[in-house]
Amino acid sequence: MEIWDLHVHLSGVPGDTPEARLGKLLEYAGRLGISRLCLSMGMKWSEDPTPEEFRRSNDEMLRAVRAHPDRAFGFVYLNPKHAKASLDEMDRCVRDGPMVGIKLWVAQRCNAPELDPIIARAAALQAPVLQHTWIKITGNLPGESTPMDLAELAGRHPQAILVCGHTGGDWEVGIRAIRPHKNVYADLAGGDPAAGIAEMAVRELGAERVLYGSDAGGRSFASQLAKVFGAEIPEDAKRLILAGNLKRILGPILERKGVRL
Amino acid sequence: MNPAGAPGRPGATPTRREFLASAAAAATAAGGAALAAGSPATNAADEDRPGFVDVNVNLGRWPLRRLPCDEPDRLADKLRSRGVVQAWGASLDGVLHKDIGAVNDRLAEDCRRHGGGLFLPFGSLDPKLPDWEKDLDRIAEVHRFRGIRLHPNYRGFRLDDPRLARALSLAAERRLIVQIALVMEDERMMHPLLRVEPVDPAPLAALVARIPGLRLVLVNALRTLRGESLRSLISAGNVSVEISMLEGVGGVAGLLEHVPADRILFGSHAPLYTFEAAELKLKESPLAEDPRHAISRGNAERLLDSLPAG
Repeated sequence: MEIWDLHVHLSGVPGDTPEARLGKLLEYAGRLGISRLCLSMGMKWSEDPTPEEFRRSNDEMLRAVRAHPDRAFGFVYLNPKHAKASLDEMDRCVRDGPMVGIKLWVAQRCNAPELDPIIARAAALQAPVLQHTWIKITGNLPGESTPMDLAELAGRHPQAILVCGHTGGDWEVGIRAIRPHKNVYADLAGGDPAAGIAEMAVRELGAERVLYGSDAGGRSFASQLAKVFGAEIPEDAKRLILAGNLKRILGPILERKGVRL
Repeated sequence: MNPAGAPGRPGATPTRREFLASAAAAATAAGGAALAAGSPATNAADEDRPGFVDVNVNLGRWPLRRLPCDEPDRLADKLRSRGVVQAWGASLDGVLHKDIGAVNDRLAEDCRRHGGGLFLPFGSLDPKLPDWEKDLDRIAEVHRFRGIRLHPNYRGFRLDDPRLARALSLAAERRLIVQIALVMEDERMMHPLLRVEPVDPAPLAALVARIPGLRLVLVNALRTLRGESLRSLISAGNVSVEISMLEGVGGVAGLLEHVPADRILFGSHAPLYTFEAAELKLKESPLAEDPRHAISRGNAERLLDSLPAG
C-alpha cells in the first residue's frame, strides 16, 4: 500500500545539515514503506519568526528537498503577522520554486484577518495550507489555533484547501469542529496513537477528508502510521488516507511543476 | 523529541555486548525446554514470527471513551492476530474504583473466562485505602496473581508516601512484579473534570535501592521519564520500562543508546492505544535479532520466570 506522509519536520533527527537530516528521515520512513514526505520548517524553529527567520528556515527546507526531489516535497513556512513578506516568500518558494504547500504554526491564531491574503494566494496556487491546531486543557499558546478557529477561516475561504493539523489534538472535538467545512481535511499527525481516531474521522468526515501524517521527527513514523494500519475501517479508506487523498490534493500543483508521479 | 535524553549509561547494568552474549547463552541453554506455568503459551503465531509478551494491556472500559477493543474477547482476538503470546493485563476499573477487592475479583474472572490463557492478570492496589494490606494478601494468596499495577496519580498519592514504600516492600516479599503507571493519557487532552499530573518518579530511585527483591516495571513512562532521571532509576535496581509511550523517529534504537536492552519490554497500552504502534516501532528501528527478541518477549519471560510459578 502506497504511503505519503503529510506532516514531517527536520527537528528531532540526527544530522548537522538539512540534507543529512532528510536522509535519515527517509531511511526510517523507508523501513515502514513510506515513499514520500511533505516537510516544513527548518532545523531551528521560531514560534513567531521574523521574515529573516522564516526565509532562513525555508532555505534549509529547499536544500533538503532539492537533495531528494523524488522523495520529498516542501511546504513554505510563513508568519501572517508579516503579510507582505509572507506573500513574497510564497512567490519565491511555491510559485517560482519547488514547494507545494504552506505551513502555518503558532505565530497567530488562524481566524485573524491577517491570514486572508495568504489563504487567497494559496487557493490561487492550488497549494494546501497545513495549519497547526490544538485544543489544550492545559492552555494554548497565545497565537496557537484551534480547529474552531480554522473552521472560521474555512468559512471565509471555501475554495482553499485547508488541513487541520493534528486534528486539534483533542480529536473528538476537532473532528466535530471541522465537519461542516468540506474544504478542511483532518491531519492524523502528532497525537498519541489513541485507538479510534481514524474510525471517528472516517465516520464523521468521510475517508476522502482524512490524511495520514506523522509529525516526525518529534513523533515516530510507527506510532502515527498505526492509527491507520490498526483502524477498523475498510481497506479502501486506508488507501485514501495513506496516500490517495494527498496525491489528489497535490496533483494539480505537482502537474504544473512538471512532477510526474 | 529525544526520548532518551543525554548520552551516558547506568553503571550497574550489563553493556549491550554483555547482554547479548548472556542472552544468547541463556537461549541456547533453554532451547526446547517446556514453558513453566505462567510463561507464554505457544500458539500458531510462534511458528512464523517471534511473538510478543505485551506487558501493558488494559482490561475493561475507559471511563471517557469506548474503544475498538474494550471487550476482552475482541482484545484477545486482536492481540493474538498480531502475534501476542501473553498479555499482562490490569483493570481499568483499578484507576478510579474504590472497591478494589471487587475490581480484582472481576479481573481474575475475566482472565479466566476470556482469551484462552492469553491474559496474565496484574491486580490493582491503593495503599491509601484502609486495610489495603488485605487486598495485597488476596492478590498474592487467593488470586495468585503474578504482579500488581499502581496508578498513583489517579489514586492521589505521591511516590514519597511511606505507605507506598511499605506496599512495595510487601509486594517484593510476596514475589510480585510491581508495575507503576506514570500516566494514562496525554495531559493536554484530559477531560476537564478528570485532570491529573503525571506521576513524579523522582523518589523512586532511592526507594528501589532500599527494597531488596523488588522487580519494578514502569508503564506509560517514556513520555515524561527521560535522560538522567531514566538512567539513574534503571541503575538503581531491577527496573524496566516498556515502549508504549516512546516517541521520536527510530525511538527504540535511540533508547538502546541509553538503556540496556535487558531493561526494555514490549508494551502497547492497548486498547487505549492502537496495538500496531508498539509493533511498528520495532520495525522502524534497525535492531539486531537478539535485542529484538529480548524486547519482544525474552526480557518479560525472564522477569516472570525469575518468580515462583503461581
